[in-house]
Order: sequence, then structure tokens, then C-alpha cells
Amino acid sequence: MTDVSGGPAALPVSKPRRGSLLTQDALTRRRNAAEARFKACGAVAITLSMLALVWLLFSIISIGSPAFRQTFLTIPIELPEAKLDKSGTRDPAAMAKVTTVGYAAVIQAALTKAIKEKGISTDGLTPKDIAGIVSLEAPAQLRNHVLANPDLVGQTIDFEILANGRVDGFFKGRVTMESARLDSNIKPGQLVLAQQLVEAGIMAQRFNWGFITFPDASDQRPEAAGLGVAIIGSFYMMIVVLVLSLPIGVAASVYLEEFAPKNRLTDLIEVNIANLAAVPSIVFGILGLAVFINFAGLPQSAPIVGGLVLTLMTLPRIIIPARAALKSVPPSIRDAALGVGASRLQSVFHHVLPLAAPGILTGMIIGLAQALGETAPLLLIGMVAFVRDYPGMPIDGFFDPASALPVQVFSWTVRGDPGFVERASGAIIVLLVFLLVMNAVAIILRRRFERRW
Amino acid sequence: MSAGLLSLTVLAVAIAGYILGRRRAVSVAGGDARKLHSLPSYHGQSVFLFTAVPAFVLMIFWLLAQPVYIENRVTALIPNIEADDAAARELAMADVRRVASGLDLAIAQGALRQADLDTLQAGATDLRGKLAGVGVALGADVSQYTFEAAREYRALKGSLGIGMALAVLAAAAVGFVFARSRISVAFRARNVSESFVIAMLIGASLVAVLTTFGIIFSLVFETWHFFELYPARDFFFSTTWSPRFGGGSSLGILPLLWGTLYVSVIALLVAVPIGLLSAIYLSEYASRRFRTFVKPLIEILAGIPTIVYGLFALITVGPLLRDWFAQPMGLGNSSSSVMTAGIVMGIMVIPFVSSLSDDIINAVPQSMRDGSLGLGATPSETIRKVVLPAALPGVVGAILLAASRAIGETMIVVMGAGAAARLSMNPFEAMTTVTVKIVSQLTGDTEFGSPETLVAFALGLTLFIITLGLNVIALAIVRKYREQYE
Repeated sequence: MTDVSGGPAALPVSKPRRGSLLTQDALTRRRNAAEARFKACGAVAITLSMLALVWLLFSIISIGSPAFRQTFLTIPIELPEAKLDKSGTRDPAAMAKVTTVGYAAVIQAALTKAIKEKGISTDGLTPKDIAGIVSLEAPAQLRNHVLANPDLVGQTIDFEILANGRVDGFFKGRVTMESARLDSNIKPGQLVLAQQLVEAGIMAQRFNWGFITFPDASDQRPEAAGLGVAIIGSFYMMIVVLVLSLPIGVAASVYLEEFAPKNRLTDLIEVNIANLAAVPSIVFGILGLAVFINFAGLPQSAPIVGGLVLTLMTLPRIIIPARAALKSVPPSIRDAALGVGASRLQSVFHHVLPLAAPGILTGMIIGLAQALGETAPLLLIGMVAFVRDYPGMPIDGFFDPASALPVQVFSWTVRGDPGFVERASGAIIVLLVFLLVMNAVAIILRRRFERRW
Repeated sequence: MSAGLLSLTVLAVAIAGYILGRRRAVSVAGGDARKLHSLPSYHGQSVFLFTAVPAFVLMIFWLLAQPVYIENRVTALIPNIEADDAAARELAMADVRRVASGLDLAIAQGALRQADLDTLQAGATDLRGKLAGVGVALGADVSQYTFEAAREYRALKGSLGIGMALAVLAAAAVGFVFARSRISVAFRARNVSESFVIAMLIGASLVAVLTTFGIIFSLVFETWHFFELYPARDFFFSTTWSPRFGGGSSLGILPLLWGTLYVSVIALLVAVPIGLLSAIYLSEYASRRFRTFVKPLIEILAGIPTIVYGLFALITVGPLLRDWFAQPMGLGNSSSSVMTAGIVMGIMVIPFVSSLSDDIINAVPQSMRDGSLGLGATPSETIRKVVLPAALPGVVGAILLAASRAIGETMIVVMGAGAAARLSMNPFEAMTTVTVKIVSQLTGDTEFGSPETLVAFALGLTLFIITLGLNVIALAIVRKYREQYE
């Protein structure tokens, strides 16, 4: 700046800009277009992932929601003593000799009579076809009902019986006249009859509690299949997971966060926990099979084994958020406790742990929710077995065979009857509702009790 | 005495110990708790811990060791069994267990009496019929030695059960007496019970290590068995997978690895662009409100159980791809295909890529962005030329984690990819993966100890090593990168 002789003319003359602020040149336009394209790509990516979520939920819910409604027939059923209780003693043990075949005949007679009374023509249908619109499970349900109330024999009762899965599918749009023509399990005539029964008020759809309370049913009778055993099994497993992983997880995170010295052992434990959280869940299933079933001799398909496997799987996923919660408690709390003479253990258990409790609990609930939805390890320890008996009360019930919600979904999808696809999706809705509730509780806990220091 | 009742008893004794210990501490101090070194409740606590913990530890070890001991004793009674033939042993033991539980039931229901049992000859009485009467169906008649083994099994189980109860109660009593006798005015009960608690905390954190050892031990042990029965060379290099449960099966891992790789690559091709671009948009462009609304929604995808994705693949995506792509293009007519499983798995993996990348992109210092923007770069140029290169190692780490997730995923491929082991390039063909075969070889009634079952452990070990390797690399990359800017 000291040399004034050159003057401004000596500076390199910059060429005038190829445009102005008001009109964009080609390069700027290109760069702005690239900018807009890039931004649009991001927006598209987000839209795609949102669409995937919506599509997933929509397809499951739309296929699964009919599972909660079921077609029933309500007809007066005469329970003849001559057939159901020959001895006349009303002794359930003696009456148990009459098998479901006997009850099927009773239902068939009642159904034929009810149809005749309403004046519905059954031309072209054999008596077997007429009986075919009733579920194969209905005789067993009637039998159980009568055996539980032996005094009903000899009377005429209004009984609600399940319609066959195909008939039910007809009203839900799964079965059509065309598909019935190709189907050996149902005839179009039966569907016409079912339609007339609905118009006559004998057959109707209503909410199906049985879907939530009934046990699983065999391949031919999807209409009677329910989630009762699976829900109890899942519930038992969650109890085992909770009882084991809460104390162990909290103890481990307290030790690692508050007491562990920096040494080889601590490093080993920390590396282990980080890696275990990423081990594929099926490997835990192999572990459960090899250690709990083959080595320790625990029974297959039992909730206790499932619970143990899920505990091992969930532990690292609980320890990591629990440590984060403990870490977020400021050191001043510990210092204050130590300053008034508390021991380290007292400062942790009396002050730090209660303050970290909401965070730990939130992590715990989310860990439990993950465990609830886990399927693969349970397949390996035999939870896919067909179980119709409800497990007993805890603690013995933990050792009884049971199913689990996600495994029940899987075992329904491999069945032949298309009615089970609807059941499987319905079961997923139940599972998702449980998960939603658990996560909502976790979020509420966090919102309510979370403290920012 | 059952284990449940026994633990309740021990717990009751321990609680009584707490109360008595507390009381004794106060009385030792002559009613003036201030004279004690520790508060009275710490004296009670130390008695409680010394009573309950050793007893429970003993009980757990006893329960673990008992079946092994019984099995050794009982199989010694059964002739015609080679000592090292694990499969035959297992089979014979299953028989014995079945008969023994049948006898238990028969006695419980009154069909048999304990006294009769000791003089009973299996051949003379219709044992099978009797057991069938109480609901235990047997495949064949009970041989004399199986019956004797079952009798021995029951006797051992009974006496060991009593032994356990006595030993556990004795341990509780010894602990109680010992801890109570230590109570005095100068006894440092708080320090003692605190070191006890710390020891328990250490024990709890060792569970993770034990789990890892359990996994490695069980996988390596059974894989070793497998390689004794089946040549390792064929397992690693054979290109055919056709297990036959009659023997003479070919168990090459290559088709399975190919399927796994193919599905994972498709999944990553779906997830990486979507996940990465979502993360960029959310961290660089989106408004705060949009971000707080959308980010949890994307993370819902990670919280949905994999069985849901599996069903989605099976009933929605599979048929859709078959009807709209595979059949019109003449590429096949199977609804389960690599493409189906890959796309659905990709959707599942999106949040893993996006939230990890999001964290990493956010960790890039703002000053670098400001510098680039200040030089006149557009935001997208800043992202592509400055932010992404800086975040690249972390993003690679995130992708590796997602890959390990995809390789270990089971339910989606079980329900979406099919079961046929194939080496093919056609993405619309059904192929199978390592995890699918682990499930199919270990479920169903197969003889444990045959190579067809044991191969699942070798597959599991392979899977474990691959995913562990990916994780270790990914974590190392992420960690190394994080240190740069902190």
C-alpha cells in the first residue's frame, strides 16, 4: 500500500462478472439445480422409509384385523339323554365315553332342524355338506361345555358354535364363489346356504374373544385357533427375564460404572458386553440348546428355558442404557454423600441409584420389549411345538411346554390353510399392541422423571 | 423337597438371621447402638448375606452337577453302549428318563406302589401297558436293563434331592452361626457386608463373560464333534448342500454363504442409500420440528420385531415381486426369493444406517461446514466435499454394523428367502442362508449327534466369527474416528 505510483490501474483487471445478482449465469444455475436435486434425494429417502413403515403396518393390519371377528351360528341344540348320557347318572366320567363324533351328530341334527324351521332350501347339498359349514372344533366345544355342566343333558340350549373357516373366510372376502369351485373343502352351495343363514339371523359375525383366549388348533380348523397358550408362555418368559435380568443387569452396571478399577478384567467385561449386544440372536438359541437343554437337562419348549436364553440376550442391551443412566448422575451427588460420611456403597445405593432409576427402568422396559418380539432363538429350543394345554401356575408352569407370541406367528405361517395367514397377522397385531404399550410406558417414564442436570 | 420350596426355606432362615443379627448387635452393645462400630442393620445384613448367598450358590452348582452325575451312573448300568458313543447314550438316557417319569406318574396316580416297584420285573409285568394307562406312551416294550436303569435313576434322583436339601440347609445354618458369632461391639459389619455386596456385583458383571465363554465353548465343542464325523475340507469347499438323514449327505457351506452374502448385499443396496440420504437430510436440511417428528418414526423400524418383517415378506412383498417382476420377466415363479428377503431386510436395516450416520455427521465440527459455506459452496457441495469425507470412516463403520446385522438376521430369511441351497445369480430365485439352515437342522425330531444336526453348530460358529469380526472392525473404525474431533 506504500507504492502509490501504480494506482488502481496496475491491479489485475478482473473481468466483469458474467451476469448480475438479478440474473443467474449457467454455472450458478447448474449448481443450484444440483443443490435442489440433492435436497430432493434426501426428501425422497425419508419419504421412502416412511412409506415402507406405513406399507408394512398397513398390510399387516389390513390382513390381520379380520382375525378379531369370527362367524358364529347360534342355534337351539337339543341334548338327548339317550345319546349323551346312557347311564342317566350325569356323571362326567361316564359321559366322557361319548366322543366328539356323538356330539357332531347332535349338532348336525340341530342344524338341520333349524334350517328347516326357517324354510331355507338345501337342494343339492348332502347332510354332510350342511354339517360342513360348522367348524370341526364345534363338537369338542359342545362336549366340553356339556361335561362341565352335566345337568344340561336332556334340555335344549341355545349354543353358539363356530362356523367353518372357509365359511368365515367367505364373509371376510377371503373365499369367493369362484375359489370355492376349485376348493375341495367347500362347495359354492354351502356358501349360498351360509348367506341364507345370515339373512335368517342364525349366523352372524361378532368380536372373537376366543382368538385371544383359545389355545392353538390343528391344521384343519383355523377358526378355532387362538393365542391363549402363546400369551401365557410369553408372559412367563417375560417374568423370568425380568426377575433375572433386572438384578443382574443393575448390579453389573453399578459395578462397571461406579466401582470397577481400570484393569484387564474390567476391559474384558466391557468388550464382552459390547460384543454380546451384537451377536446374532440365533447364536443365543444354539447356546440355549447346548447348555440349558442338552447339558443341564431342562425340558424343551418350556418358558424357563426361553426366559433364560432371552435373559442372556437382553442383559447387554439393559446394561448399556443402565450405565448411561448412572453416568448422567452428576459427580457432585456422590461427592456430597461421601462428604457427609457415607461409604461408597451407601452413596451409590442411597443416592445415585434412585436418581438413575427412571433411566434404568426405561432401558429395562425397552429391553423387555425387544425380548418379547424375539423369535429365532426360541425356534431352536423347541418352542415351535404344537401345544394345546395351558401351562400350569408359576413356578411349576415355567417348566410346562408352552408357545410364545412371535413363535406362534411363525408356526401359523407354515400351516397349509389360508385362514392361518389371517391369524398370523392378527397375532402380530396383538404383539405390536403389547410392544406399543411397553414403549409408551417407557416414554412416559422418561418424560415424567427424566432430570436434566 | 423341591428347589422352589428349598429356596423359600433358605430365604426365610436368612430373613430370620437378619432380625436375630440386628437384635443381637443391639443387645451386645447393651441397648445403646451408638457403641457399635456399624449400625445394627449392617450386622443383620451381614448375617443375612452369609446365610443366604453360600446356600444359594451351593444349590445352583448342585442342580447343575446332579444331572451329569446321574447320567454317568445310570448309563453305566446299560450294556451295549460304547463309552464314547454320545448319540447312543443320549438315546438310551431319553428312554430311561421317559420310563422314570412314567413310573413317577404311575405312583402318583396310584397305579403302582413304591414297594411293588422294588420287586417288579420288567418282563413279567406289562409295564408298557401300565405306563400307557397313566398317559406315557412308549415306542417299544421296556427292556429289563432300561427298567433297572430307570429304577436307579429314580432312586438316585430321590436320594440326591434329599442330599441337596440337607447340604443347602447345612450351608445356611453354618453361615448363620458363623456370621452371628462374629457380632461384637467392634465388629466392622458395614465393611464386611459391603465387600460381600461388591463381590456379588462383580459376580453379576461376570455373567456377560460367562455367556461369551458358554457360546464359544458350546459352539467349538460341538463343531469339533462335527469335524470328527465329517471332513472339514468338504464342509468349507464343497459346493453342494444336500443333507440326507439316512447318511451320505453332502454338507458344503459355500451355497449357504453365497445366499447369505447375496441377501445381505441386496439389503445394503436398499438400506445404505436410503439410510445415508435420510441421515444427511435430517442433520443438514431438516427443521428442528421435522427432525424431532421424523427421527423417532424411522427408529420405529428398528423396534419392530423381525417376525413382523418376515410375515411382511411372506404375504406382501414376495407375491408382489413374483407377480409384477419375476413372472413377467420370466425369471422364476417363486414368491420367496433373494430379492424378497433382501428388500425387506433392507427396510429393517435402514434405521441402523441412518441413526448411526446421523450421530457421526453431527459429530463433524460446525466450523468445517462454516468454512466451506463461507467460501461460497452450496450446502450440497459442503456435504459432499467436506462433511462426508470427514465422516466417512464412521459411516463405513455404520455400514459394517448394518452388514453384520443383516448376516445374522434369521426370521426374514427363514420366511422370505426359501430353503433351497443354490449357487445362482438370479435374484428372483429362492436361495437359502446360513441362519435358515441352522434353524432347519436343529428343529424337528432329529437324532442329536448325527453330522446333519451337528453341522448347525459349525454353521453357528462360522456365523459367530463373521459377525464378531465385522463388529470388531466396525467398532474400531468408529472409535478411532470419534477420537479425532474430541
